[in-house]
Formats: sequence, C-alpha cells, structure tokens
Amino acid sequence: MTPLKPIPRGRRIALGVAFFVLFVALWAAVTFSGLVSATFLASPLQMLKGGWELLTRFDFAQDIAVTIWRVLGGFVIAAALAVPLGVAMGAYKPVEAFFEPFISFSRYLPASAFIPLLILWLGVGEAQKLAVIFLGSFFQIVLMVAFTVGQTRRDLVEAAYTLGASDAGILKRVLIPYAAPEIAEHLRLTLGWAWTYVIVAELIGSSSGIGHMITDSQALLATDQMIFGIIVIGLIGLISDFVFRAANARLFHWKFA
Amino acid sequence: MSKLLIDEVERIFPGVRGGPATRAIEPITLAVEDNDFITILGPSGCGKSTLLRIVAGLDTPTAGRVLLDGAPIAGPGADRGMVFQSYTLFPWLTVRQNICFGLREQGMAQARQDEICDFYLDRVGLTAFANHLPRQLSGGMQQRTALARALANNPKVLLLDEPFGALDHQTRELMQELLLGIWEQDRKTVLFVTHDIDEAIFMASRVVVMSARPGHIKCDIPVEFAHPREYLIKTTPGFAALKARLTEEIRGEALRAVEMGA
Repeated sequence: MTPLKPIPRGRRIALGVAFFVLFVALWAAVTFSGLVSATFLASPLQMLKGGWELLTRFDFAQDIAVTIWRVLGGFVIAAALAVPLGVAMGAYKPVEAFFEPFISFSRYLPASAFIPLLILWLGVGEAQKLAVIFLGSFFQIVLMVAFTVGQTRRDLVEAAYTLGASDAGILKRVLIPYAAPEIAEHLRLTLGWAWTYVIVAELIGSSSGIGHMITDSQALLATDQMIFGIIVIGLIGLISDFVFRAANARLFHWKFA
Repeated sequence: MSKLLIDEVERIFPGVRGGPATRAIEPITLAVEDNDFITILGPSGCGKSTLLRIVAGLDTPTAGRVLLDGAPIAGPGADRGMVFQSYTLFPWLTVRQNICFGLREQGMAQARQDEICDFYLDRVGLTAFANHLPRQLSGGMQQRTALARALANNPKVLLLDEPFGALDHQTRELMQELLLGIWEQDRKTVLFVTHDIDEAIFMASRVVVMSARPGHIKCDIPVEFAHPREYLIKTTPGFAALKARLTEEIRGEALRAVEMGA
C-alpha cells in the first residue's frame, strides 16, 4: 500500500462496514457455538430480544430521554460559561495569567472522583448529574478555547489594526470569527466525553437513565440488556457527533468545506 | 512640511536570554512628500520591513518619532493603510466584506460602503469575484483584494511590505503595472519595501537604498521617467543605467549581509 494515498469513497464505506460485519460475526460465532456462556455474554439475537423487551415493557425510551436531557443540560451549562471565559483568557493575557494555573490543575481532577462528594452536597437528584458533567467538561473547554483564541494568526490581527480596528473590534471581528470553527470542534469532542461522564454518574446513585438500567441489569445477570444499553449509548453518541459535524461544516464552510 | 517624516528613528531589539541586543536600524531620517512614491530597497535583514512596521505603528521605535502631517503617530491607524507580504485577507469574509472591513469599523452606512467597494473592485479588476472567499482566489487576486481593502479606507499613506514577494514573476509584473496605474490616477503617498531592483525603479519617484544591518539610508535616488510609464521602459537604456547603479549599491550591502550571517 502507498502511504497517504486516498481511496475511492465506495471502497472506504465498504471497508468501514466490513469491520462491523466481522465484529458481529465473531460475536455471533463465540456465543451461538456455546464457546462463551450466555451468563457472561449474550448473543446478538438475545441482545436484540432483550432490547425489544426493555423498550416495550420497561419503558427504556424514558431512560434514554432522561440521559440525553442530562448530557445536553450539563454540556450546555458548561459550554455557556466556559466559552466566554476561554475567549477572554485567550485574548487578554492578564485574565489568562489569573485563571490558567488553577484551571490547568482542575482539569486533572477526575470528575468521577467527585461523585461521592457531589452526592453529599447535592443529593442524588438531577443537580448532581449535571454537576458531574459540568465538572468533566468545563475546564477542558476553557483551556482548549483559550489556546485556540491565543493562536490567532498575528498577521490578521495586524492587518485589522492597520484598517483602523479598535481593541474591541479585534476581539469581535478577528479573534472570535477566526477561532469559532475550532471552538465548535472542541465542543463536539467535549460532548463525546460528556457521554461517558453521564453514564458514570448514573451508575452510582441514580434511579433513572441508561446507566441506571445497566446497573439494574447487572443485578439480574441480564447481559443482553447491558449490551443493548451500551450499544444505544454508542449509537446516540455517533448520531450526535454526526449532527454536530454537519452543523459545523454548514456554519463554517469557509474552513471545513 | 513633509507629508510623512521619519525623524531619527532607531530600533534595537533586546537580546534573547542575555544575548547581545540587535541593532536593526540606526537613526534614520526620511522625509516623504505628498504624492511621493518611494521604494525602499535593501538586502534581506536590513531592517526595511521593521522601518515600515514602525511607520504603520505595529512596532515601536527605540528612539525617534514618526510624524504624519506634523502630528506624531501613536500606534496603528486607518490613516496608514498596509499591504503585507503574507496573505492577510480574513478567510471567513468574502472579497467584498474584506474590502469593507475598515469602512464598517468606521460605522459607515452599508450603501456608501458598497459604493466605495464597487469602485475599488473595478479598479483591481475583481468585480466578478466580489462574493468569493479568499481561498477561492489565486495569490495575485488575494493581493489585489488586499490592495483594494487598504485603498478603500482612503489612507493618507499607503504602506506596502513586499506585497508581491510571494507571487510568480509574470503575476508580479502585472501587479506592478496595476499598482502604478492606480498611483498615476490617485497620486497617493506610497512607501513600498522591496528587494527587487526592477520593481523598485519601475514604480518609484524615489528609490531609497538601505544598507545591511544595522540599517541606515545609503542613498536616495530620484527616478525621473515620465508618467504614465509602460512596462517597456524596463528595456530602455536609462532604466538599465539606473539598474546597473543600484545593483552595485545593493550588491555590496548584500555581501556584507551574507558575511554577517543574515
């Protein structure tokens, strides 16, 4: 194979689908043959049956809706606060000097380790779930946005100054539009991470949501339902990523088209 | 009174990590009259771009001052338009929006902005590309847009820092004719930095030669060819004689620059 040589679109899709097929085939082989006991791993067919049961009898759609709501809620709150702070840090060096060390430190505090504390402070209600997602996303977004804004091409800033731009004009008409597509990409990535935080939050101290269903199914050794839950998370993540990506491509066609 | 007066301007860059300071420009005095087209010619690293950046207000002199219409400049401003060597169009804005950038900053009414923009689009021959994004344009078209953007602001002085340096030879010559044509109509005061001798002579009313670092003015030669100039003057004996003289002046400086490791 020639390094970096592109392949036709049709072939690329075929290869991507082929791996899914292979994966499911391998899964089917080890489960249907009895090589792995159903106690530990349900077969694909059982998984689908378990999923159907979840959706029709146990109101799993409600759990999915609750989880999506939590992810979006926590993520939107984090982004709404983190993006302006990140822009301010990227643009104004004193602001950066003030916040950056603390935020860099906070970034390494694992959000999931805060769950016991958050339960103590906020109980096991929605506020605690949102707080976990907020802690997991906020610091990451701030730092990535600040870095992106700080990386704005200096010659564009200088050109704007020679065209008579004020300091506020530089921020509004150069730094923000220049950084916007990258910021949107950071948000897309962070939304993906928010999905892992919500599940962790729901595994501990929750009475609804996909994560809660998975812990419930564990008690019943229902591997079919557990796997179905995990796959649903993956699918929703994939769809949200796709939508986000399409929106970015549309909004910032000067960069991504 | 001169339109623009560079008065004893000196620039010393502080040493990095305790290293020796770099003296980029020795005290330079240069008076630019209204309607002058001055090209500043010098070997690379002679501080000619630094000088232009100081006039633009993007760099601060260590000593000396720059007067525009008798008033000292403080920082960059719309009265000194600049075209850079690198492509500095805002990639998220169309050609039209780029040209209107400074006008919008002034809060000018949209109709008036469009009127001015249309005029300069026509001047640089890009009317058909008004709604294109910069990445859809060739290098030459991008620099023409950058020129229109700087002119649209109606600056008192137009500063050009090797604006055609990244273009191929043919495009470069066409750009020179375009810029000269615009100057012949407007007679705007121009400071044009270049290391290309043909380019320096062809457009200039005065060629200022800078020495190798630390930069100072080595000679200041008027160019007397009549206007409007055609590209054919590049092949005339008068042009060749001037070129020969400048080549000698520059060559010595370039050799010195190489010896210094520039």
